Amino acid sequence: MAKYILKRILYLFLTLFIIASITFFLMKLLPGTPFSNQNRMSADQLKIVKAQYGLDQSVGVQYVRYMVGLLHGNLGTSFQFNNEPVTALIGQRLAPSMQIGAQAMILGTIFGILLGAVAAIRKNSWVDTLATFISILGLSIPSFVLAVLLQFYLAYKWKIYPVALWDNFQSSVLPTLALTALPLGTVARFMRTEMVDVMSSDYIELAKSKGNSNWKVVSKHALRNSLIPVVTIIGPMAVSVMTGSMVVENIFSIPGIGEQFVKSITTNDYPTIMGLTIFYSFLLIIVYLIVDILYGLIDPRIRLGNGGKE
Amino acid sequence: MEQTPQIPKEKFRLVHDENNAEQEKIGTPSLTYMQDVRRRLFKNKVAVVCLTLLSIIVLISIFAPLIAPSNPNAQNVTMSNLPPKLGNLNIPGMNGYQNMGGKMVDAYKQAGAPKGTSFILGTDYLGRDLLSRIIYGTRLSLVVAVLATLVDLLIGVPYGIVSGWKGGKTDTFMQRIVEIVSSIPNLIVVILMMIVLKPGLTSIVIAIAITGWVTMARLIRAQTFQLKEQEYILAARTLGEPSMKIATKHLIPNLSSTIIIQTMFTIPNAIFFEAFLSFIGIGIPAPNASLGTLLSDGQKAFRFLPYQMWAPAIILSIIMIATNLLGDGLRDAFDPQSSEH
Repeated sequence: MAKYILKRILYLFLTLFIIASITFFLMKLLPGTPFSNQNRMSADQLKIVKAQYGLDQSVGVQYVRYMVGLLHGNLGTSFQFNNEPVTALIGQRLAPSMQIGAQAMILGTIFGILLGAVAAIRKNSWVDTLATFISILGLSIPSFVLAVLLQFYLAYKWKIYPVALWDNFQSSVLPTLALTALPLGTVARFMRTEMVDVMSSDYIELAKSKGNSNWKVVSKHALRNSLIPVVTIIGPMAVSVMTGSMVVENIFSIPGIGEQFVKSITTNDYPTIMGLTIFYSFLLIIVYLIVDILYGLIDPRIRLGNGGKE
Repeated sequence: MEQTPQIPKEKFRLVHDENNAEQEKIGTPSLTYMQDVRRRLFKNKVAVVCLTLLSIIVLISIFAPLIAPSNPNAQNVTMSNLPPKLGNLNIPGMNGYQNMGGKMVDAYKQAGAPKGTSFILGTDYLGRDLLSRIIYGTRLSLVVAVLATLVDLLIGVPYGIVSGWKGGKTDTFMQRIVEIVSSIPNLIVVILMMIVLKPGLTSIVIAIAITGWVTMARLIRAQTFQLKEQEYILAARTLGEPSMKIATKHLIPNLSSTIIIQTMFTIPNAIFFEAFLSFIGIGIPAPNASLGTLLSDGQKAFRFLPYQMWAPAIILSIIMIATNLLGDGLRDAFDPQSSEH
């Protein structure tokens, strides 16, 4: 196990290095500079500004500088947002994104598990149909459509929640709901398949024939065993929540990293785009790593079976 | 000494000869695998409904120039932001009346529209006919999805087959690449590609396909590994068939179910990405309509003119739901065990 984790961590750095390099050179490929619009600057001023950002050096030097900075946790300086270091920019904006992201994932997982379990227990009944329908809706309706609808009806028309504001828990409800749909749908669907499988297995038959109550069979045996594989979809779920949060944060004007990312794209703020790209990748790779390790710990078969490949 | 009794041959007769033949006869016509799949698919009502819906949407998109009432990009500023109106039928919500300052006003009369003008889904802020824009927008979104899926297939399937077929070092190397590509969040790659490339149809397709092929390649590789061990493949190899021929003649037909099912899940994914990119403003450039740009335009005016967002939102959701459900149906049809517990 230790060897496996070590190998994975090595891969993590390799992947991050590749991502950082690709991002860097892609950004250098872009035509023009962020200062091309500012005609007011004289040639001398432009030179000073370029020197300030280190843009007067050759691409090779810039690359090495950036990579060394990266090793020290320095993601460069933003061109657009008050010359702030990108790391500071991310730091300030991390909390709201994390909050709604975590809320959506927790809510989605809990209700997804319940929905999937209920559907599996009452298989082929109207409960199952309804649950399947809800999960398909959750999977199919893009979070930004849901966000706009929630904002219009719950905030603007019925005034239950603030339209676009970020101060207390109240203001995080709508964005969380908009982001919850996808994890909910994914987990419910996955859970149902797993649980239907488990419910038809021999040990459930045995537990039933021993005279255990239905509730006990479900809660003690079926639920537990179906929960293990659900751990594997946490990674993809994190990706989808992250994707959703970029637009949802925009719609609800939440000062998070998703909103910052979209803003940086529209303002050509390359250091911030690069920084956030690397940061997002880092976050997701860590999530994947934790999930894989967790899975190995929960289910020893994985670890012993094939050394953690696939 | 025992005597074998001499029984004349005529005394023997077959018992229930005809009946037997009748019993042994196969009553139902024998079905090929694909016929069986089709039969199972058509027995699934949900899948049939989704297939019909999607077929209608695809047909409308193909014949968009014939069906759309007007040019989707033709502007007419005097007729901007008109609510939906269906002929002279007085259906609430579709009669051209709009809530202005608390009372319902005939928006068409106010705009000075000639008698008889009606836009079934209304017009947008530049006076463009929304119905035509939605028809063309759906068309563009579907084109993106189909192209992205095709590129996906063209890279993913051969990659998976080669990796699985060759095995050994080649496989290890190819899988390392897959591992690295798949650990980069695809949204990030798509966005980066969109920033670097010029916004437009080609860039979106490239951006989506560049990350999308990995899942396909993985599935195909795993499947190829299993197929490789089958007797008929061994037979073909012993007979000296070249690998290329084995791949096209034996592997691809047997991989077709995996390919079709995976494709059905790639399509909604591509549609979503297109909508997402257009929504945040780096997708299809103006004035062309796609479902994403329509949603993005509609969202800006949603508070006052909700119909401008409802229509594209509903169409997008229908396409997503239908493809997802059809994908499920196809999986059950190809692999009946998956749903028969």
